[in-house]
Amino acid sequence: MFVISVIAFAIQDGLGDPLQEMVGMSVSMEEREALREELGLNDSMVVQYLRFAGKAIQGDLGNSYFYGKPTLTVIAEHLPATLELVIGASLIIMLLSVPIGVYAAIRPQAWLAKFFMGVSTVGISIPVFLTAIVLIQIYSIGITVEWFPVDSGWGQWLNGALSTDGGMPSYGRGDDLKHLFGTWNSGFFSELGLMHLVLPCVSLASIMLPLFIRLIRAEMMEVLQSDYIRYARAKGLSSARINFLHALKNTMLPVITVGGVQVGVMVAYTILTETVFQWPGVGLMFLEAITRSDIPLIVAYLMVVGLIFVITNTLVDLVYGLVNPTVKLTGKKA
Amino acid sequence: MKKLLAAFIGSLALASAPVALSAEATKELKMAYDADPVTLDIHEQLSGGILQLSHMSFDPLVRWTKDLDFEPRLAESWERVDENTMRFKLREGVKFHSGNELTTKDVKFTYDRLKESQDFKAIFKPFSGINIIDDYTFELVTSEPFPLLLNTATYIFPLDSEFYSGETEDGKMKGAILKHGNSFASGNLSGTGPYKVTSRQQGVRMEFERFANYWDEESPGNVKKIVLTPIKENNTRVSALLSGGVDFIAPVPPTDLDRIKRDKNSELVTMSGTRIILFHMNQDRVEAFKNPKVRQAVAYAINQEGIAAKIMKGFATPAAQLSPAGYQGYNESLKPRYDVKKAQQLMKEAGYEDGFTITMMAPNNRYVNDDKIAQAAAAMLARINIKVDLKTLPKAQYWPEFDNRSGDMMLIGWHADTEDSANFYEFLTFCTEAGSGAGQYNAGNYCNPEIDALVAKASVETDIAKRTAMLQEVEQRLYDDAAFIPLHWQDLAWASKKNVKIEPILNVMNFPYLGDLVVE
Repeated sequence: MFVISVIAFAIQDGLGDPLQEMVGMSVSMEEREALREELGLNDSMVVQYLRFAGKAIQGDLGNSYFYGKPTLTVIAEHLPATLELVIGASLIIMLLSVPIGVYAAIRPQAWLAKFFMGVSTVGISIPVFLTAIVLIQIYSIGITVEWFPVDSGWGQWLNGALSTDGGMPSYGRGDDLKHLFGTWNSGFFSELGLMHLVLPCVSLASIMLPLFIRLIRAEMMEVLQSDYIRYARAKGLSSARINFLHALKNTMLPVITVGGVQVGVMVAYTILTETVFQWPGVGLMFLEAITRSDIPLIVAYLMVVGLIFVITNTLVDLVYGLVNPTVKLTGKKA
Repeated sequence: MKKLLAAFIGSLALASAPVALSAEATKELKMAYDADPVTLDIHEQLSGGILQLSHMSFDPLVRWTKDLDFEPRLAESWERVDENTMRFKLREGVKFHSGNELTTKDVKFTYDRLKESQDFKAIFKPFSGINIIDDYTFELVTSEPFPLLLNTATYIFPLDSEFYSGETEDGKMKGAILKHGNSFASGNLSGTGPYKVTSRQQGVRMEFERFANYWDEESPGNVKKIVLTPIKENNTRVSALLSGGVDFIAPVPPTDLDRIKRDKNSELVTMSGTRIILFHMNQDRVEAFKNPKVRQAVAYAINQEGIAAKIMKGFATPAAQLSPAGYQGYNESLKPRYDVKKAQQLMKEAGYEDGFTITMMAPNNRYVNDDKIAQAAAAMLARINIKVDLKTLPKAQYWPEFDNRSGDMMLIGWHADTEDSANFYEFLTFCTEAGSGAGQYNAGNYCNPEIDALVAKASVETDIAKRTAMLQEVEQRLYDDAAFIPLHWQDLAWASKKNVKIEPILNVMNFPYLGDLVVE
């Protein structure tokens, strides 16, 4: 965390002058200088860092220039939206990647499996913002296809089948949020909230889904080659039992490790998704903080995201110990 | 029982009174701007967003009409008492959102606060005081004759003095203007305007509701509730309109103009704007720019019409001067003078036939297509053998460079806060003088005391015809001298659904008068 804070602090010089966003064009140089002095921007980097670190140890990461509130409060207000997005995307990934991955491993030659693998290769190479824009065009605005002759029955049918009406919400979280606790207003409990979640979650999931499908497939295929599976087959266990009980369990071990790390990465990817969908989460907030040179907020965001990485990785290690009995946590009795 | 019934009827009558007034206002408007107001304190920052908010929740003394005339708002009438004094009559019976009634003490309070505001005090510098005659009459006094008194009065949006006076529970002054940090005024507001702020989540959404006791009963506006969502990403903003998520968006990016025109449910409104985009040529850094012939050569080499047509896709009006049409200084005879042959000829005469190398700087996210404009200009200069070393920067990094004048040619856009020509000269072409703020953005270090003196003379001339002649002469002389390279005035664009009649409420200042908006 110390390293993150130093790095975050060091880059601020390259970010430009926060004053430009705070004052109008016609404010005189003297006034600007006075304000700069007031904000402590004229002190040397070391002095600024020590002042920041001193407060940070007491849990005070400073005030955002733009919001005029403590940065942690600002982040707390924006974090729930991002977490919901990540949770939604993770659900989609979990529900789709496991069945598809397993299927592709068991029947690698099947036509459908090849189709899934092909799509996932394409999916992994399309940037997330492009996916998002295409989704908005198709499902929010709607497209009208007139490629086929309108006067023939089949042409009309094809046109109709390829056209969409749109109507899905394309920005924000909607009006119908339910208050859970603290700063958390959730979109999971109303139809409108869920509708708003669909497109952003799908586009966020699109970048990770292919990765997980391929990972699960590869792991599963490797496990299926191993000796204990062959013994199980020889023993005459049903193939369903072998595949889903014995093989899947071992397949999931590395997947959990990767998954844990990827949740952190996903928080980073939300920056793109949130920008396209105007999703009021921390990613969008961070991007705007950069354009405004809102340095305290940038530093605080980097520290919070760093913390999330540390926590998820620790959790993954702990969960791993539970799933895999061969891993022993030091200090625990054998 | 009778008592109860009477009480019931009484309360019914009470309750129905405001309902009857606002009965016409029933519509809901969802709109998306690229940003939401930074604060609710309209004196904290002087920016387009804050002025847009001012026109929603407050009312100015006078406001601009579409054709740059003045329209009485809270000031019913005005008359000049003497050269330095203007007497205003305040509208009677105007209520603030808090229920307080507007009187001259609120105007005085507002005036004093504007004089304190870091961002606004420069505009109010010519004013020396305010005289309160009675509850509804006051005089604004300037130290010298001031032709732009009414222009400046468009910035006086009376604040509710009672609401903003006193201390908050934790002992802070309610009226304090705080640039950073939370003040009472940055989170609470009480004005006389058509819309009250009912909820605000900064950067996410803002809700307004029509003020039931709004004084202007002749306003045709019928919108009861406005939901403002900031959508920064251009594409997303346009998508939100096309998908029906919002009813009104601004600004419309030039790349999407056609897309909106094609859409049968949407309507597009464009206007030639008043923000000039220009290049300065720094004479202190480049010896050659001291020679007027070289500056003229540059002026002849740049193809304004080409840039407006190709890069701006027709979404700009090519410029040969600072003042846009409608301003007093606008000189009709000045036209863009693109002529490469002539430019080469001038370079030769100046003894720079072989050219020289300069650096050029431009922002890349401040004005529409700013970086592309700079690239095009660099390519055009190559044809008269001026080699350009171009650097484009994000605005947060660009402005510190601009303040240091660290490029030989630098791009800037300027909008005159006063909607008057003199403002352009004072900031962009005056001899730089550190103390007074004159020439603060004159990154060319161009200096012609004669022109400055002429502008200064115009600034105290209250005879419009005389003043117009002076300002037009200034434009002519700046043009002949090629003091800078004007490029174009950036156009403005808004778009809405067909049933939202935005056209009548829009203006070149980009303050949509949403109070008068009609939704069918």
